[in-house]
Amino acid sequence: MFRFFSYLRKYRIYVIFGPVFKLIEAILELIVPIVTAQIIDKGVRQADVAYVWKMGGVLLLLGVVGLASALICQKFASIASQGFGTVVRNQVYTQINTFSYAEIDRFGIPSLITRITNDVNQLQFAVAMLIRLVIRAPFLAIGAMIAALLIDWKLGLILFIATLLIGFILYMIMTRSVPFYKKAQKKLDHISLISSESLSGARVVRAFSKQESEQQRFNKAAKEQSNTAIAVGKLTALLNPLTYAVMNFAIVTILWFGGYRVDNGAISQGHIIALVNYMTQTLLALIVVANLVVIFTKAAACASRINEVLDTKTSVLQTNHELFQIVSDSHIPKISFEQVSFSYDIQAKQNALCNLSFKIYPGETVGIIGGTGSGKSTIVHLILRFYDATKGTIKIDGINIKDYSFAQLREQIGVVPQRAVLFTGTIESNLKWGNENATVQEMRKALQIAQAEEFVCKLPQGLQTQIHQGGANFSGGQKQRLTIARALVREPNILILDDSSSALDYATDMNLRNAIATETKDMTVIVVSQRANSIRYADKIIVLDKGYAVGIGTHNQLLEQCLVYREICLSQMREEEL
Amino acid sequence: MKISVLKRIIIYCKPYNRFFVLAMISAMIQISLTLYGPILIGQAVDAMIAYHNVDYISIIKTLCFLSATIVGAMIFQWIMTYCIHKLTYCTTQDVRVAVYRKINHMPLKYLDSHAHGDLISRIVNDTDQVADGILQGFTQFFTGIVTIVGTIMFMLSVSPFITLLVVFITPLSLFVAAFLAKLSHKMFVKQQLIQGQLSGYIEELIGNQKVVKVFCYEKRAFQKFEILNEELRICGQKAQFYSALANPSTRFVNGIVYAAVAVIGSVCAITGSPVSLTIGGITSFLTYANQYTKPFNEVTGVITQIQTAFASAQRLFHVLDQQAEPLDAPDAITMTGCKGQVSIEHLYFSYRPEMRLIEDFNLQVNPGDRIAIVGPTGSGKSTLINLLMRFYDASEGRISIDGIPITQITRNSLRNQFGMVLQDTWLHHGTIRDNIAYGKSGAKDEEIVTAAKSAFAHDFIMQQPNGYDTVISENGGNLSQGQKQLLCIARVMLVCPPMLILDEATSSIDTRTELKVQAAFQNLMKGRTSFIVAHRLSTIQNATTILVMENGKVIEQGNHEVLLARNGFYAKLYQSQFANM
Repeated sequence: MFRFFSYLRKYRIYVIFGPVFKLIEAILELIVPIVTAQIIDKGVRQADVAYVWKMGGVLLLLGVVGLASALICQKFASIASQGFGTVVRNQVYTQINTFSYAEIDRFGIPSLITRITNDVNQLQFAVAMLIRLVIRAPFLAIGAMIAALLIDWKLGLILFIATLLIGFILYMIMTRSVPFYKKAQKKLDHISLISSESLSGARVVRAFSKQESEQQRFNKAAKEQSNTAIAVGKLTALLNPLTYAVMNFAIVTILWFGGYRVDNGAISQGHIIALVNYMTQTLLALIVVANLVVIFTKAAACASRINEVLDTKTSVLQTNHELFQIVSDSHIPKISFEQVSFSYDIQAKQNALCNLSFKIYPGETVGIIGGTGSGKSTIVHLILRFYDATKGTIKIDGINIKDYSFAQLREQIGVVPQRAVLFTGTIESNLKWGNENATVQEMRKALQIAQAEEFVCKLPQGLQTQIHQGGANFSGGQKQRLTIARALVREPNILILDDSSSALDYATDMNLRNAIATETKDMTVIVVSQRANSIRYADKIIVLDKGYAVGIGTHNQLLEQCLVYREICLSQMREEEL
Repeated sequence: MKISVLKRIIIYCKPYNRFFVLAMISAMIQISLTLYGPILIGQAVDAMIAYHNVDYISIIKTLCFLSATIVGAMIFQWIMTYCIHKLTYCTTQDVRVAVYRKINHMPLKYLDSHAHGDLISRIVNDTDQVADGILQGFTQFFTGIVTIVGTIMFMLSVSPFITLLVVFITPLSLFVAAFLAKLSHKMFVKQQLIQGQLSGYIEELIGNQKVVKVFCYEKRAFQKFEILNEELRICGQKAQFYSALANPSTRFVNGIVYAAVAVIGSVCAITGSPVSLTIGGITSFLTYANQYTKPFNEVTGVITQIQTAFASAQRLFHVLDQQAEPLDAPDAITMTGCKGQVSIEHLYFSYRPEMRLIEDFNLQVNPGDRIAIVGPTGSGKSTLINLLMRFYDASEGRISIDGIPITQITRNSLRNQFGMVLQDTWLHHGTIRDNIAYGKSGAKDEEIVTAAKSAFAHDFIMQQPNGYDTVISENGGNLSQGQKQLLCIARVMLVCPPMLILDEATSSIDTRTELKVQAAFQNLMKGRTSFIVAHRLSTIQNATTILVMENGKVIEQGNHEVLLARNGFYAKLYQSQFANM
């Protein structure tokens, strides 16, 4: 929590003086009832019209000065809180950028997004409230109480008790309604689940003629949600009437005992009026305090969620920032795995990869095949150092990948990820992800190899064609080809296709493989696939099963020796095609 | 435009107008009682003039009276708040159900072309916003107006002259509030816009952080983030400041009214002209002056909320105004147990009028035939499925089943003739049993198990922690793709439809399950007319007719041998799978 104060340091003048100005306004507000009492006691009682006018002028002056102070405070609050939010957002974003896959997986992407948007906004709001209200509201409540006690301590005591009582009511109702709010949120999540299911399953729902029963299911959920909301309403509806009653009965009591006090000559009529005024003021201030408590409880939860991000250190560390001079030698393996084991979760009994060893030489094309969860993608992640291997070493050009800087390691590898993701912008801006300084010619060549040139050329704006979020205006196959081109633009030494031709039909897939083979002779290519057809002509095939390499060799060798490989092939082709 | 939105919201409130009336009456009683309070307090103060000059009897009388009004106000305020809650949530429940019903009956064309996240957000968030708006609107506007009218009446009863004074000063408050609201609204819109941009950027970049890392794009990503963030700061600061102006400004006007009442009231009390006033009278007036301006203050406070509610309501009404699927023809027949003879004659269809797809397409399918649909990715292989199931309607020509045009069959009974297994396996949140029995509610346990067995799903179901009662999490997260597909097959097995629509998986799942899925498909197709979006050679070779599609059009038609002999697109497609590199 305290670290956040350090983000406010730049704005400390605003943070300190904002409340000061607010305090001035509050003090002035407290003086108003005293002045009014003076008008009545001195002015009206002694029939002094000039005095009344003078005091009226004082009231006006108090108003003007109050307004000025309030405006200054608001200005300061807006500067400090928005500045604070900006600093925290930048900080969180920078931190997320350092995370490796392990940390991203742990938080989950949706959660990281809410943390950097909603949670920071809540905190920012809390800072504004801190400056605007935290001093003012309690000060008004306590000040009104002290002023009342000063006028007449016995009558002031009534006000004191009433304040405590109101505080108690606020506390009770609020703590009781919180669980209801949680319940209401759950009901809302349920509505959202049903809506999402019936949208994604619209075809199935209709195919089975189940529209009516889905409607019933939804109606029930909607009904439950509204019932919960009404139940909360019933409870919170008590708040205003109860506090109103306590406040007014306190006034009744003040009036009753006030009668005696006036009769005894202890206080004046004007004093009674002031006391009544203070009572009203206290109630208003207390309601603000109650809201503040809610805001700060929420903010504290958000702060701890943000802190969690800021406190998380990445598990994959960069130890070296220097560049290596690399000597490529056809005798030194481009990539070598030596007894590598890895598990995503330290507690897991089963490793994602077990004692994996293989060598890939420069210019080779290597296929990796295996069922879902066999560890294919894990190999890719380890080569790129998105995770560190639990055991064993991985070398590129004979150098342990841990000794490279991230930039040097990753810049020599072109990856086409499983999910074809494009970013808002143009085709060109997306291709430049691979290489910031790529020329049009280089981009054309990459598109050509990726079998994307034809359709990009047909687009009226060519490379400048806009890409909508998530690449929604392109088909799955087109997106996949663009992501392949993006990886090729950097002319990498190593190209990794991580199951990235699944959206391509066989013909395009084959053309792509041919183009890569002829156009990029010295590139080392790793093809991860579930399709035996995509990898059968590779120089070397690694067959994975539950994290173990159960076979390494060529297609024909493996057909003879590796049962798992044979099974995979048989499930996809007929005997005579093998 | 806003008036029409308001009108429509009010129409939805109508069934609950008894709560509305009750809330109205309670509000009036409560506010009158609340407003009567200051007069009584003033009377009590008047009864205690000075030392040894206190009229106890009248004080007691007044205080008893005051206590009664407090209790009354308390009860009616509670009734009012409760009724408004009831009204709000019952109304929004109805709106929500109506929107869902609409979406449920919308043509698939609409659902296919709209982001699901957006539609869900309308059902969930927008209705919530409307609820907040109705709640705040009724509570604030309503009690505000009643309070203002009531206060003016009470003030008039004490002193018409000072009332006039108050009434003349307050429009100033309104004017200031309106001006600020307009100013801050503009800034808010801008802030919302930039906030939206920033959130979108975060969602896209953090959402794909893994790709960002692959390309070492972190620094470049942060640079743009920083720029957007700075823009947000500048604009957010202004928006916050302007909106924060409303409160002090209206409070200031409030202060002026208060000072004016204090001075003029006191002068009147002293000089007795232009009107005479007691000290108690001044007291009550001061309280009224405070109360009178408060509603203005509060209404400015909720105005953004109400604006958001209006925007949300518009988004909801936009959905409600969409054309639903046309109803079945009144003389449509209910089809049961067809033979499975399908004929397609002179069919024309396109998703968008400017891009013609299927033109003059003809096909005769005899009972038990297998029709394979092949073609490259994105060539429109699912179009035919959409037309057969009447997810979309053909623009010209006709499709008939057993000689009856499908437009003359009720949609439900038509769709019941087909069993459909799509590549995109959809299961709902519930037990495995519920999911298999989806198409036949009230199916017996034995039937479910038999269906699961013939779909080769029984074994893996028994391996689940609770067997058939295992709950499938959202999107079937705890099952593998192949297992989900087996459940979808079992779901169709249970219903035993006369015809089938199958969509083969493009990439293989794990080998062992894949073999089972293929065997299950074979089981399913026995003796049934089947339409298959095919990716596997064996399926294609065994098909009665192959439809080859490219760019949304059927370009070749015939069986394997015929098409190979033609040496066209199909032949090329076929050979590409065997050709060596």
